[in-house]
Amino acid sequence: MRKTPDAADDRNAAAHPSGEQLFRPSTYERSKARRQATARWVFLGMTLVLVLPVFAIVGYMVIQAWPVLSFSFLWENPQNRMTAGGVWAPLVGTFCLVFFSLLFAAPIGVLAGIYLNEYARDNWLTRAVNLAVMNLAGVPSIVHGLFGFGAFVLFAGMGKSVLAAACTLAVMTLPVIITSTREALGAVPMAFRQACWNLGASRWHTVRTIVLPNSISGILTGVIFEVSRAAGETAPILFTGAVYYVKVADHGWEAFFPYGPTDRCMALSMHLFTLATQASGVPESLQYGTAVVLMALILAVNGLSIGLRSYLRSRKRW
Amino acid sequence: MDPHIRFHRVSVHYGEHAALKELSLEVPRRQILGIIGPAKSGKTTLLKCINRTIDFDVGARVTGQILVGGEDVYRMRNVYALRRRVGMVFPLPVGLPLSVYDNVAYAPRSMGIRNRAELDALVEQCLRQAMLWDEVKDRLDLLGTRLSGGQQQRLTLARALSLRPEILCLDEFSIAIDPVTTMKIEDILRELKNQMTIVLVTNLVQQARRLADRTAFMNAGHLVEVDETERLFEHPSNRMTERYVNGDFG
Repeated sequence: MRKTPDAADDRNAAAHPSGEQLFRPSTYERSKARRQATARWVFLGMTLVLVLPVFAIVGYMVIQAWPVLSFSFLWENPQNRMTAGGVWAPLVGTFCLVFFSLLFAAPIGVLAGIYLNEYARDNWLTRAVNLAVMNLAGVPSIVHGLFGFGAFVLFAGMGKSVLAAACTLAVMTLPVIITSTREALGAVPMAFRQACWNLGASRWHTVRTIVLPNSISGILTGVIFEVSRAAGETAPILFTGAVYYVKVADHGWEAFFPYGPTDRCMALSMHLFTLATQASGVPESLQYGTAVVLMALILAVNGLSIGLRSYLRSRKRW
Repeated sequence: MDPHIRFHRVSVHYGEHAALKELSLEVPRRQILGIIGPAKSGKTTLLKCINRTIDFDVGARVTGQILVGGEDVYRMRNVYALRRRVGMVFPLPVGLPLSVYDNVAYAPRSMGIRNRAELDALVEQCLRQAMLWDEVKDRLDLLGTRLSGGQQQRLTLARALSLRPEILCLDEFSIAIDPVTTMKIEDILRELKNQMTIVLVTNLVQQARRLADRTAFMNAGHLVEVDETERLFEHPSNRMTERYVNGDFG
């Protein structure tokens, strides 16, 4: 920093108001700039604190899992009492569970979201439903698991099965889908709806022609996020359908569709739990490998969702 | 001749607040009725009653009788048909997130008009009537939301005309439009008067004087005075009207 006697400067400035004098920052402005810079570094630091553990965890896991990571790890079944082989059976099980849970949760959630945002009046029923949705979102996943065991496995008589587990996952993810659907619909300006109503369009016609086409990508983003959440959960499927081990065909079409809706199945998250705590003599790299596959799956799904969202932003129509 | 629109002791309440108070008014066929009055006097509420879009305002209660073509709007089976008979233009321009063409063709299509040639002719006619055709004829596939504010406002007008309504309600239509275009649209309105009844809500007192056959002055939910435009401006019977049209009150 340039040091000059301030008093002399002020006199000069009064006599000759040159550009240098006029634009020189005052003491107050300088301290403001300093605080500005400090704030910036603090915020950057906090952001890095957030990001670094993620890289550390992922990096450590990949290094630990390196010996087993290969394509055959994906499509081999667990062997030798789960001390060797790959993760095919649990991977397919996770796909099955997510697929069936989507089959239940997506239509119900999206349609309920449309009703709540486009049709419902502000009355006690709507408020009660909103409260229920919020509460449902806050229920711990283990409680969902126990509820699913009581409601689907025992009461509905599904037994421990893919269907019961998928239903439990669907109940758990419904509030997420409803909320994200409502947000996507709410982002469409009210003025568009009013313009349509003034033209004699019914609510449904308005929703179909104007509101849905402009919010469908947002709704899909929410649904995809739901997929990643459902894929990662263990507690809801623990009592309702996922088991330690199921013998699955190694080859042929049966390897691709090993579980029927009424069968018990393996699942990645559950498999990881088993390898880590229940089975003995499992090499560490196998556990880390399973964790890496699970994380990669979830990252891939989230990446898809983020990609869809940025695509949607790029073609926003107003 | 029986009036086209008839308000009989219409009151509108939002909770405790009364937006319209026991208002009675008749709008003759194929005339322009100008409605002037200070802010919050109930002008927009009055328009919303005509096509019953007031139903969408949460908590609005309507009492009294509103007749359109002799029919009570609250006894009509098909409210959508009513709204198609009444064209509405509100002060804030709204281009739907569709192409310019689709914006104008939106309502006709929902009525089942699919014939391309028929739609083309209709879209061109409406855009011409709204003084927008020359500016958009080469880019009808442009998004309506990408037009300037003034253009979107004229697009809104074109859309309102697309169902060939028998009543056209304009609420401050010229707020976002430049004076030259406003004058041209005013000329169009004088022509349209031969085909439809026009209700023109305006803050520009002189616009009402230029266009309206009859003018109504509203204040705080009351209809203060309604008369032939010339007489209302020259010899108002009410002191408040006189002050308002002379600009001493606001």
